[in-house]
Amino acid sequence: MAVMTVAKAINEGLRAALENNPKTLLMGEDIGELGGVYRITEGLKRDFGADRVVDTPLAESGIIGTAIGLALRGYRPVCEIQFDGFVFPAFNQITTQLAKLRTRSDGMLGAPVVIRIPYGGGIGSVEHHSESPEALFAHTAGLRIITPSNPQDAYWMVQQAIDCQDPVIVFEPKRRYWLKGEVDTVNAPPSPFTAQVLREGSDATVVAYGPLVPVALAAAEAAQQDGHSVEVIDLRSISPIDFDTVTASVAKTGRLVVAHEAPTFGGIGGEIAARISERAFLSLEAPVIRVGGFHMPYPVARTEEQYLPDIDRILEALERAFAY
Amino acid sequence: MSGTRLPAAEFESEEIALASAPPGPDGGPGMVQFLDPDGHLFDHPEYGRFSSGTGAERLKALYRDMYLIRRFDQEATALQRQGQLALWVPLTGQEAAQIGSGRALQAQDYVFPTYREHGVALTRGVRLSEMLRLFRGITNGGWDPRETNFHLYTLVLAAQALHAVGYAMGLQRDQAADPTLAPAASVAYFGDGASSEGDVHEAMVFAASFNAPVVFFCQNNHWAISVPSSVQTRVPLAQRAEGYGFPGIRVDGNDVVAVEAVTNWALEHARSGKGPVLIEAFTYRMSAHTTADDPTKYRLSREEEDWHPRDPLARLEKHLRTTGKAGDAFFEELVGEAKAMAVELRRDVQAMQPPGLEERFNTVYAEPHPLVQEELQAWRDYEAGFIGEEETS
Repeated sequence: MAVMTVAKAINEGLRAALENNPKTLLMGEDIGELGGVYRITEGLKRDFGADRVVDTPLAESGIIGTAIGLALRGYRPVCEIQFDGFVFPAFNQITTQLAKLRTRSDGMLGAPVVIRIPYGGGIGSVEHHSESPEALFAHTAGLRIITPSNPQDAYWMVQQAIDCQDPVIVFEPKRRYWLKGEVDTVNAPPSPFTAQVLREGSDATVVAYGPLVPVALAAAEAAQQDGHSVEVIDLRSISPIDFDTVTASVAKTGRLVVAHEAPTFGGIGGEIAARISERAFLSLEAPVIRVGGFHMPYPVARTEEQYLPDIDRILEALERAFAY
Repeated sequence: MSGTRLPAAEFESEEIALASAPPGPDGGPGMVQFLDPDGHLFDHPEYGRFSSGTGAERLKALYRDMYLIRRFDQEATALQRQGQLALWVPLTGQEAAQIGSGRALQAQDYVFPTYREHGVALTRGVRLSEMLRLFRGITNGGWDPRETNFHLYTLVLAAQALHAVGYAMGLQRDQAADPTLAPAASVAYFGDGASSEGDVHEAMVFAASFNAPVVFFCQNNHWAISVPSSVQTRVPLAQRAEGYGFPGIRVDGNDVVAVEAVTNWALEHARSGKGPVLIEAFTYRMSAHTTADDPTKYRLSREEEDWHPRDPLARLEKHLRTTGKAGDAFFEELVGEAKAMAVELRRDVQAMQPPGLEERFNTVYAEPHPLVQEELQAWRDYEAGFIGEEETS
């Protein structure tokens, strides 16, 4: 097994996809010569050529719209949106066209387009470079949304997304691009549309995804010092959500904290809270508590440390859950 | 405004007057025309050699298409009035633009229509009744595009222009991988209203940058619901192509012979690797935007009258009759054929059964999806709770 960063793992995953299927092609802004602003596609244009690693005009709707056309012609386009906050010019193409093509055609046609979006904060950047818009897409039927939290998932998820017959958005936690870990390039992990229990516990469950998974694990470790056994679930898939895994965990622990960087209002945490209260009401010892961003546009970089959920925010939420 | 007279004020007022002028039927000297409104047929020095012919059989075939699709349009409008369709989008006035361009296509070309391209659909072999399924509210599609290379209607304006360019990029790659493939192009249909959408701009940028084999076919029918084309553009739409670096051409959209020749030329240009083309078919929406629209609210009947002599069917009929290429027998036969088509259409529409909601659950995703499955099961259970209830209550 090789040790690599999340960024390198995605790069290797894309390389494998390009090698395995001649119909796979990458498209996006600055992904060719430059290798992308995060160098995720570094070296791929050199090795696969400009027809398969396409530097597109600077137009996000154009990227997704032409990807839909390419998919209709039998290609497997993998689009890179440079930053989370820049996806909105493509919102129309994603939600009214990409997501609906299968149902519009009564199941006859599909557009298996993959959209990679670096997301989340914690990098001290300027406006529109630190957002978590996943709930806006999760609300749209027809899309699948996944997010890796470690190199192993990063390597495989991008390939599994490309293999999927449905359109998939891969939200990549940009502040974890440099996180290192082991990658097994032979044995694929379970379906990307399932959650994974990363740490077993008996007193409470913390569900997190993407950039907050390491934070949730650290919080569980800290809670252990205080004598609380906390289970940590990496959600991995935001649409669909693997409610079976979360329900089974809550049935065991009786308490649930959901953490994400996105604002809590109208967010994924609210959906999980509602579903779990329907599915496991009698197992719950406390209300489901959400930890997330506030109802404000992503704040200026110098305040993001206060804004982003951290270990203490998760521990405080656990305290509230234990108080019942 | 303070009332200060700025140096450019005179220029501005002149421009505003231009923008608010009612759209006229004169397409200007640059417009390609073969058949004038009086039915006189001329050769064209540049595009004449791209015409598929002006012999009796060819012109009668084009007339037949136009006649049938106009009759279809009238029938669909009637079906909407009778409550059989939720809505109808009439094409009357645009038959030449659609039949002429559609008949220029080859089987391997792929069409991305907006939602008024019933005439193009006819040329692609889409069953006319299938086109009514969307408007009857039983599907958002209606036909299998893989059978005819005629894509589904797209209601979000201009979204399909990008799909056409992407498809053309795919054609490019396929042809590079297999040079024995018949060269093909994609065609994006849109209107003067949609030309203002950003997606048209992005589509033209992508098409130019990648030299994609795509023909942008803009039917300038002069009205985007209630807004005249002068609000969408200050220059002939065809001129915009120059800014992107590919040819743009204005053709008389009510002249089926010219439209066919120009589209033949454009498709050949695209298929042979020379890149995209923009065609502006200068035409007129003689009817309403949809059956829910009322043009008397926003345009003068005088304007409609001005366009009437340019009717695409009338001018070809004049030509066929005065040249003796067709006589009463041909036109009478068409009446009978159209009547039979209308009867069949009516029968097909009335036989269309609405799908069950259960089928809709099954078209959202290609692969199993736990939420959809869970909701489907819950819905089935809920529905099952009503079985037998009608008898007891």
